[in-house]
Order: sequence, then C-alpha cells, then structure tokens
Amino acid sequence: MMSQTNWNLEPSMESAAQIQLQAQYELFIDGKWQAPLSNTYYDNVNPADESHLARIAWSNAADVDLAVRAARSAYENVWSKLSGAERGKYLFRIARLMQEKAKELAILETLDGGKPIRESRDIDIPLACNHFFYYAGWADKLQEAFPGQQVAALGVAGQITPWNFPLLMLAWKVAPALACGNTVVLKPAETTSLTALKFAEICQEAGLPAGVVNIVTGYGDSGAALVAHPDVNKIAFTGSTAVGKQIQKACIATNKKLTLELGGKSANIILEDAPIDQAVEGVINSIFFNQGHVCCAGSRLFVQESIAERVLEKLKFRLQSIYVGNPLDKNTDIGAINSKKQLETIERYIQLGLEEGAEIYQPTCELPSAGYYCKPTLFTDVAQSARIVQEEIFGPVLTIQTFRTMEEVVQKANNTPYGLAAGVWTDKGARIFGLSQQLKAGVIWANTYNKFDPASPFGGYKESGFGREGGLHGLRAYLKFPN
Amino acid sequence: MLGHLSTPELSSLLALSPSIDQIGTQERIARIQARSIKGAAKIQGLRMALSMIDLTTLEGKDTPAKVRQLCFKAQHLHDQAADLPTVAAVCVYPTMVGVAKKALGNSGIKVASVSTAFPSGQAPFEVKKLDTLYALDNGADEIDMVVSRGRFLSGDYQFVYDEIAAIKELCSTARLKVIFETGELDSLDQVRKISDLSIAAGADFIKTSTGKIQPAATFPVVLTMLGAIKDHFDKTGQMIGMKPAGGISSSKLALQHLLMVKEVLGEAWLSNEWYRFGASSLANDLLMQYQKQLTGKYQSAAYFSID
Repeated sequence: MMSQTNWNLEPSMESAAQIQLQAQYELFIDGKWQAPLSNTYYDNVNPADESHLARIAWSNAADVDLAVRAARSAYENVWSKLSGAERGKYLFRIARLMQEKAKELAILETLDGGKPIRESRDIDIPLACNHFFYYAGWADKLQEAFPGQQVAALGVAGQITPWNFPLLMLAWKVAPALACGNTVVLKPAETTSLTALKFAEICQEAGLPAGVVNIVTGYGDSGAALVAHPDVNKIAFTGSTAVGKQIQKACIATNKKLTLELGGKSANIILEDAPIDQAVEGVINSIFFNQGHVCCAGSRLFVQESIAERVLEKLKFRLQSIYVGNPLDKNTDIGAINSKKQLETIERYIQLGLEEGAEIYQPTCELPSAGYYCKPTLFTDVAQSARIVQEEIFGPVLTIQTFRTMEEVVQKANNTPYGLAAGVWTDKGARIFGLSQQLKAGVIWANTYNKFDPASPFGGYKESGFGREGGLHGLRAYLKFPN
Repeated sequence: MLGHLSTPELSSLLALSPSIDQIGTQERIARIQARSIKGAAKIQGLRMALSMIDLTTLEGKDTPAKVRQLCFKAQHLHDQAADLPTVAAVCVYPTMVGVAKKALGNSGIKVASVSTAFPSGQAPFEVKKLDTLYALDNGADEIDMVVSRGRFLSGDYQFVYDEIAAIKELCSTARLKVIFETGELDSLDQVRKISDLSIAAGADFIKTSTGKIQPAATFPVVLTMLGAIKDHFDKTGQMIGMKPAGGISSSKLALQHLLMVKEVLGEAWLSNEWYRFGASSLANDLLMQYQKQLTGKYQSAAYFSID
C-alpha cells in the first residue's frame, strides 16, 4: 500500500503576454483621445508585484468641463434624437464586443486591480457583459417599463466608479444611462482605470457617436470637479460613505439627481438548522470574495450558539485550502489587495482588533514577498461595540459573534449605520421570510451570498446609500418622471 | 444479528445528520473544478490515481481466464513505462475470488469481493451471509457489500444498520466497503443519512455505487459522503475510507476527485489505504495522460491493453 504524500498544486499562470498596454493613457473625450489640459499624469502600479503598468492622465476641472460639454453636445445633437431601438443596437454591439474581448478584459482587470483571474474571468466580465445585454433590451421598451408615464432622459450623467469591480461597476452605470437616452462622463477609480480605457476603445469600435461616453481619469479632485459641474444632470457614485456624504453635500440646492451606493457592514446569519457545510462555504464566499473588497461583503458573521464551535472549527479547516497569491494564477482564491493604502488600512484594523482584545485566527500560508497581500483573518470574542465590528474594513477580515435568540440576532444585525446586504442560512423557509422581513438591508440572500444578476436591483438602506442599480429599478435612476 | 445501537440510539444519531443544500454543494464543487492541475502535480496525481484503482470486472460472462488477465494487468499496468505503481485491488464476484487470489499471489494487491447479493441486495440475510462467507473463505481481503436500499427508503433504518453490523462481524480482519447505490436514493440528505448510518454500523469504507445504475459517483454525492467522513473523524478521530465507483472514466474527473479529497478531508486520505476508485476503464485513460505528460505526445489507444 502506498503511503500518503504531500500533493501541492503548481502555479498555473494566465499569460499576460497578449495584453498590450500603452505607455501612457490620455483622456477619452468627444470620441477622441485627448492629452489632459492639466498636463499631469500619474503612475499606475500592479498591486500583485508593485510593477509599473502605465502612466495615466490626471484630469482637472478644465478637462472635466471639456468632457461635460462633449457629452452635452452629443446629447442635444445626436443621442436624444435616436429612437430607443437605435440606442439598443449600440448597446448590443458594445455587449458583443465586450464578450469577444472577455479574456483580454479579464486579464487587464486582474493586472490592474489584483483580483484573482478566476473571479475576473468567471464573474466580473461575464456579469458586465450581461448588464449591457440586459439594458440593451430595455432601450426600446421604456414606455412598457413605466406604463402610462411619459418618461424622458435626464441629459448628462456624471458617474464615479470604485476600484473593487471596475468594469462591472462601469457596466452597472453606463448601460442603464445609455439605454435611457443619457450621455455619460465617467470617472473611474484612480487605481483601476485600465478596463474603463479599454471600454472607450470598444465604444469607438462599436461606432458609438462621439461624446456619448467620455472617460476622465484621475483622483478624487477629478471626481469632485465632475460633481461640481453645473451642466451635469445626474450624479451616480459608488464608493465610500465618507466620500458619498461629501457628494451629497455638494449636490444640495442643485437640480442634480443623485444615487449613492456606499459602504456596508453586512450581517451573515447562520441558524442552528442550517446546512452547515454549505453555510461555511457561503461564509468563504461572503467575506473572501474579491479579497473582501466588496461593499456588500458579509463581514459580520452571527452563528447560533449551539453550532458556533463547529462552524468555527470548519471555517478554520476550510481556510487551509484557500490559496493566497499572485492573482494571475488560476488557482488563486485571494489575490492582491488593491493598493498599498488599502493594505495599510486593513492592517491597521487587524492591529486594532488585537488591541480590542479579540482573538485572531489566520491560516499558515506564505505570502508573496512583493506586492500587497493580506491573509484571510477571523476575529472571535468580539463585542458589538468593538470598532472592528462597527466599521467597514473592506478587506478579508471577518468578525464572528454568537447569538441565542432570533430577537437578539435581528437587533445586533440591524445595530449599524449601514444597511446594504445580509445573509440568512437555515433549512426552514419560514425563518428565511421571518428574518428577511426584519433585517434592514437592501439585499438579503438566503442560503447563498454575493449573487448578482442584471435583472435584480441592488442598493442600500441608511448610510449604505440610496437609489437602486440593476433591474427595472435601475432604469428609474436615469429617467425623468412627470409629476 | 447484533447491532451496537438500539433503535432510539440510532434515531437520535440520524437526527444529527445535517441537511445538505444541493446548490451550495454544487458551488463548492465548482470551486474545485475551476482549479488547474498541471505539471509535476498532475504527474503525481495520475500516479496516485492509478495506485488507488480497484480494477473491476463484474459481469455475468466473467471467466477465470478473464479474471487472470485482469490480475496480470493489475500488476503490469503498462510495462513500457518504468516505475509505475500497481493498482490497489482487483474487484470480482465471490466465485472468482479464488482465481484472483492465486493469480495475484504475493503481489500485495488486494482481492475485493462484492457480496450480499450484489448488485440488488434482494436476498434473505442468510443468503447474504453465505455469499460473504464464501468470499472470505476463498481469501477475499475486502468485502464490497450492498445495502438494502428498499428498507432504507422505507425508513427501516434499524434493519439496514443491523445487516451492515452483522456482515462487519463476519469480516473480522477483512475491510468492509458499504455500497449505497446512490442512484437509487432520492436526495443528498439521504446520502448523508445513509453515510452516517453505515459508518456507525462499522463500515471501513463507504462506496457510492455498484456501477450497474446511473447516475453513480457524481460530485455532489461524493462530496456529501466526504462530509460525513470528515465529521466522523472530527468527532472520533477514526478515519473512514471512500470509494467512488461508476462514472469516473477520465483522468480529469479522477484528478478533480482527488483534489476534492485533499481539500475536504486532507492529505492523510490521499493513499489507497483510504481512497479507491472503482473503475474498469479509468486505468487506461490515466496511463494515456501519464505517457502524454512524460513524452509530450498522445499515444493511440491501441498502445494500451484492454484487460
């Protein structure tokens, strides 16, 4: 009989050789690549190894003004004159081109943002394509979507996307905006602009009229200029609650329509009758998906007392087969933290957790020597009043609390300024409905977590923001309704 | 027949079997199937899989000559390749155990005999007992028994438990594999329940299928059974073996199953003492892929013997 040996997978790298990056990226305004009036560029690095990827234009208020003018002109002269069916044709064309370039987009997303290639290949890019297909279908059916109401486009939409799902968030925002007849000025996050810039090429290839989509790269000041621009009719922002509050202030006493999709500290609740192994896997998907850089991540786990020990034991064992490493490796489960700044934030919170007296568990795994990496981290013995339980960490860090009664867990789960998502794990249908009625969250998953679909609306309560993206609801954010 | 658990004890044991969510199970499997097994890890995996095969012939038309040929193949998988492992066991009907035992000699390869009125199990216990004793008397090292699925589905758990416990008692040092025939069970919850029951009754291995019914060793079924083995180990420290049988005919599937074992149970199970593939056609595909890894070229199927 053969005796047991160690069996370790070898790295299986996706080749980035097929990706041709430009040394320098300009702004995409009025259908053309234009050097920034600011004359400023910034360096973009690969978080997996800190290597230099490209120089990217840093737009200032004058650049943003040019882009808004281009969008206004395209709206007045071209886009608003097209029928819904014609707009839909462009959207379908864009969706198909994105599908054709899916592999390239997936590799770009991983190079730029650090997420595992498995996720960008199997989740981000296919979902982004699906959003375009989905909203392409609505473009000529807006009257049917809102029967009896004469809806109209808003005009120019200013959109600011985050770094965690760069192309997917672009799709969530651009697809419904265009389908509803608006033109767009998009400001992608500074650390993850490459797929947005690739998307600009796709718009060109699709023959989208100049100025319908404009992309102005840069940091927060570029976004602030977009928010402050008087000729923008709508601001859609996904990002941190702190920035969301600034944006809301800036939009007060303007005619701008606003939707905010902000942070979260979502509760994932396992009841004692839950299918335990699948619930444990659900916890893995809820907090370690995309390195925990997910606004709706289930970062607070609540386990019913009688199974708490067993769940924790199973979670720790499961963590041993999580691969942390180079995101281009097809076997990687947790890739690189998006930026040095974010890694420092996460490390600060882990330190804080220790200072708060929580018990920490991290698996023994080697991290690459270069690049920004963080081990998956569990904190037990935490209090509801601990900062690691209250504040959004946006990393692979899970706090675990136990509870005894339904009433207790509902109270604790809702005891947060956020209200984006929640998860419920139980074998009893009645408990699913009972709990989901009481939990104050925009999305509640039952016996699963982090599932997205273009037809399903997404958005939060309280400080997680307002407005819905996706589905029929997502159209409302980009339409004027008669009163 | 003497079971160790009374009916109330057995009931409370089975009440502890966790429910199994089909969709979540499939998601876990998808994660494993998305992994890429390449290079040295693939070569090692292929060798491991070869060493875990229970090379099987279970036909009405089996002859002593065919069994002897199978036993030769078990010891000489592909002599053109140096340094290959042998398979773990040869699996035959009780009437062929003597032939196989003699043909395998002191090769170290085990003889496994199906038993208890394989494949249906539709016989009185006395017949099943004689069936098993016949195989043991002829030198079987391992007994692959089938459970009474009808009794299980009707809720007569005590009957199924007692039957397994009684066969286990007959086995003494022979290792007992308990076949569920999961293709005849209705849900993963039942797969989990019969796993817990069989382990409690003394199974050394739990095995998915006879190979006579489809579906057989599907990933959800195997994952559910591995979950039962893991929970039993965590509770008692006792290892139970796993044998998927039927439907695993390609190297790719075999490697994914091994990876599932590694991730769900741990590397301690990655040996033929604790893991087996019940298969007849898998060996040649493993050999073909192995040769491809070593030489960089696919060879024609005609280069691999069909015993």
